[in-house]
Amino acid sequence: MSTDLQGGYGWRVDEIDTDEMILNMGPQHPSTHGVLRIELRTDGEVVRAARPHIGYLHRCFEKHAESVDYPGVIPYTDRMDYVASMGNSLGYALAVEKLMGIEVGPYVQTIRVIMAELQRIASHCIAVGTYGMDIGAFTPFLHLLRDREKILDLFEWTCGARLLYNYNWVGGVSHDVPEGFVKACRQFLREFDAITYPEMIDLLIKNKIFIKRTAGIGICSPELAVSYDLTGPNLRGSGPPRDLRRDEPYIGYENYEFEVVVGEGKFGPRGSCFDRNWVRALEMKESAKILHQAVDRLEKMERADVHEKVPKRVKPAKGEVYARSEAPRGQLGYYIVADGTGINPYRVKVKSPCFTAMSIFHVLAKGMYIADIIALIGSLDVVLGEIDR
Amino acid sequence: MDLVFNLLPEALPHWARVGLAGVVCAVILVTLMALGPIAYVYVETKIAGFMQDRIGPKRVGPHGLLQTIADAVKLMFKEAIYPAGADKKLFILAPCLVVVGAFLSFVVLPFGSRLQAADLNVGLFYVVAVSSISTVGLIMAGWASNNKYALFGAMRSAAQIVSYEIPAVMVLLTVVTLVGSLSLQDIVWAQHGGLSRWFLFRYFPLMPVAFVIFFTAGLAECNRAPFDIPEAESELVAGFHTEYSGFFFAMFFLAEYTEMFVISVVASVLFLGGWMAPHPLLQQVGPIGLGPLWLIAKAWSLVFVMMWLRWTLPRLRVDQLMYVAWKVLLPISMVLVVAVGGLALWPPTANGFPWDRWAGWILTPLLFAYLAYMIVAARRWSARRTREMAA
Amino acid sequence: MDAASVHARLKDRFAEKILSFQSEALQPWVVIAPDAIAEVAAFAKSEPELAFDNLLCLSAVDYPKEDPPRMEVVYHLFSYEHRHVFVLKVHLPREGAHVPTVERTWAVANWHEREAYDLFGMVFDGHSDLRRILLPDDWIGHPLRKDWVDPDFYNGMHVKPTQQMAERSMAGEKIGVGPFDITPPNRHVEE
Repeated sequence: MSTDLQGGYGWRVDEIDTDEMILNMGPQHPSTHGVLRIELRTDGEVVRAARPHIGYLHRCFEKHAESVDYPGVIPYTDRMDYVASMGNSLGYALAVEKLMGIEVGPYVQTIRVIMAELQRIASHCIAVGTYGMDIGAFTPFLHLLRDREKILDLFEWTCGARLLYNYNWVGGVSHDVPEGFVKACRQFLREFDAITYPEMIDLLIKNKIFIKRTAGIGICSPELAVSYDLTGPNLRGSGPPRDLRRDEPYIGYENYEFEVVVGEGKFGPRGSCFDRNWVRALEMKESAKILHQAVDRLEKMERADVHEKVPKRVKPAKGEVYARSEAPRGQLGYYIVADGTGINPYRVKVKSPCFTAMSIFHVLAKGMYIADIIALIGSLDVVLGEIDR
Repeated sequence: MDLVFNLLPEALPHWARVGLAGVVCAVILVTLMALGPIAYVYVETKIAGFMQDRIGPKRVGPHGLLQTIADAVKLMFKEAIYPAGADKKLFILAPCLVVVGAFLSFVVLPFGSRLQAADLNVGLFYVVAVSSISTVGLIMAGWASNNKYALFGAMRSAAQIVSYEIPAVMVLLTVVTLVGSLSLQDIVWAQHGGLSRWFLFRYFPLMPVAFVIFFTAGLAECNRAPFDIPEAESELVAGFHTEYSGFFFAMFFLAEYTEMFVISVVASVLFLGGWMAPHPLLQQVGPIGLGPLWLIAKAWSLVFVMMWLRWTLPRLRVDQLMYVAWKVLLPISMVLVVAVGGLALWPPTANGFPWDRWAGWILTPLLFAYLAYMIVAARRWSARRTREMAA
Repeated sequence: MDAASVHARLKDRFAEKILSFQSEALQPWVVIAPDAIAEVAAFAKSEPELAFDNLLCLSAVDYPKEDPPRMEVVYHLFSYEHRHVFVLKVHLPREGAHVPTVERTWAVANWHEREAYDLFGMVFDGHSDLRRILLPDDWIGHPLRKDWVDPDFYNGMHVKPTQQMAERSMAGEKIGVGPFDITPPNRHVEE
């Protein structure tokens, strides 16, 4: 076990050549998407080895989950991937519903789809925007954030919160959509299709400098991606068209028509940082497509009680389940063990997509420039809250 | 300076007149130089705001006009932190060198036919030489900070500035070939006669390319985006000035904006006619020459373009930057030197291509018309969007 | 392939290492002897009919109240080719647990096993870099176990506020650790 800590660094002194420098991209850094510490062994500007240290944002989610009841875990799940909270609570609610055998009605399912896809667009706005900012283009970040504000306004209107919603409950959702939500959603989609999406593509994705910075680095082959359990846009950027919404549909995704966006290697080898970002950018368009269909469906449905299937006391029988859902950052998995005797879960284990994405970092980072390290982290779209839980 | 010299009374001894003239010039220049960045910082934040669909500073003073002054006051009162292990003498000396390198160039900038502190007959050479002092200052800043990030920034900056000086100077050579003198005042007088005589439109495709190369290399000299890796915020926190706070940081800031202005003025003098108006009729209003106004207008529009580029483009990686300097700009500039030199020596084209006379007068109105069209179209589009959103 | 067939294939190959098969659960699982998990993993990945090329999740669970008390490591496997899910479990003693690593088969297990070691304490033999991942490197103890008690101090900082501290702080005193406090060593109470 190499647990020698030479002054806080993980490498032993005899492992290091004399002309290499150890550079610490410390926990406080403008571009590491959270408190992440990366130790780099560099030879000038070229990175010879990289070692990420996580755990600065560890808030003991799994231990907390054992001391609150099943519905009480939902606010904790929001705080894991705080940029995409709807996805987290959806995954947990699905897992507990699977454990208890609850099936929600089509009205609640449509609402959940709308919220999940709105959250996906908002999360990708942050992902693509901050990626541009890391590369140096400040302006698209602000444009995308301005458009994300419109989504957050919709969320605030529905459930009162802008970022951490406590929305997807076991068996339903916390608030019904208000009157006029459909109109507002359509308004947002109009603006998204007309302004946000074309602007983003023109200003950022098609920018020559951006392409030059990202299209040749961080190449991840499909086998490596699967072996390191990369999921979501990270996997699709390398080629395999795996999307849980298409492969194992949940909450009614089989009723919607959308394309699974795959990295095409347009400007460089397939599986580069540019491809992963490309998948995220184009996925926003696909989410908008789903939203159009979902909003049309919602309009035609009559209102139902969203708390209809919410059990008064969530007390599953003894059992365990592993349920997966497609969060904006990848496949989010919840392993819930219920011992049947109490109202608290016995064990909740979260497999967060960013955790596995971060584990591939040291492989892809070898031989890059320091500037590319930043581009790599941005392209993997990590949120430290989800890695550290 | 001659102007001031002549204005001083004859009664004083010669050395006193010279000394006093020098002091007065220095005071005027330093005042202008120090006031400039205040305006630039405000304009930059406002431009950044408008490009990013937000307003920018608006609270401090009417329309946020006093924001920079507030920033300057804050920076002056901030604690000057010296990092542990930093070489204190070098640490303090570094920002001084950078500022000096930027400010010294003001001495030869011609603001009018007689408004120039010193019309050195090696004016252009002097500007290039003196702006290299800043490089030494940057490296000192990086080394003396005792910080790996700062060192990285300094090394990158040194490599970048040194590499981009070469195409810049080569392109300057093309202009010098056309004029035959390094004195900036002579260069301006050689463009006398209106818009079509400006060097930007000489040998029509060649000199505009030279202008673009000079402007790009100048951007790299100032460490401005897209070449701002030495101070890349997202990678190196703040590059070579990571460890500087308070007034030292203000000095680096000052130096950067001043350098931007200097590069813009040099570009205007060399290519855009300096203090010459586009048409001789516009040169004077009665007895008052409008030279300085024209030069400042040209320089400020180039500064605006620099700011525009900063907020639009991502930054290049260090090896891509070097690639652009050595494999793209340098060969083109070498070809330009040879071509322009050859064309100037060959009698039929000694004064430019036959179509140069119209190039300026056709292109400039086209450019302004295009800009006006873009502005009008943007306003109409945004008005339409506002109407749509209200619906 | 459904769970029973997968179990049959594994049983054919590793007869006595497959300890039990729980088929009535929502997601059926197989309990494997701890020393064989690495081979079972390699077989599950390489066998063309199984082709479990993706380790969905590696979790550890602590069952102190079972008879006998045990810790489990649960492997959720998925195959992109055949689209089937399967669960492997390994039962370990609560103290001094050793289990071979499956890092050679699925590279993602590297970090998952580090996390299990960090929070539960089981040692993965053959792991290339087994050190703590979420908790600080000098933390003592494994918190996610059911018998975990928070220590009083960590590096001189109070971890749990005591009743006395609460009273004193309500009375207006500044509670914290100053440079002259004597710091007791980190204690992990096990019972």
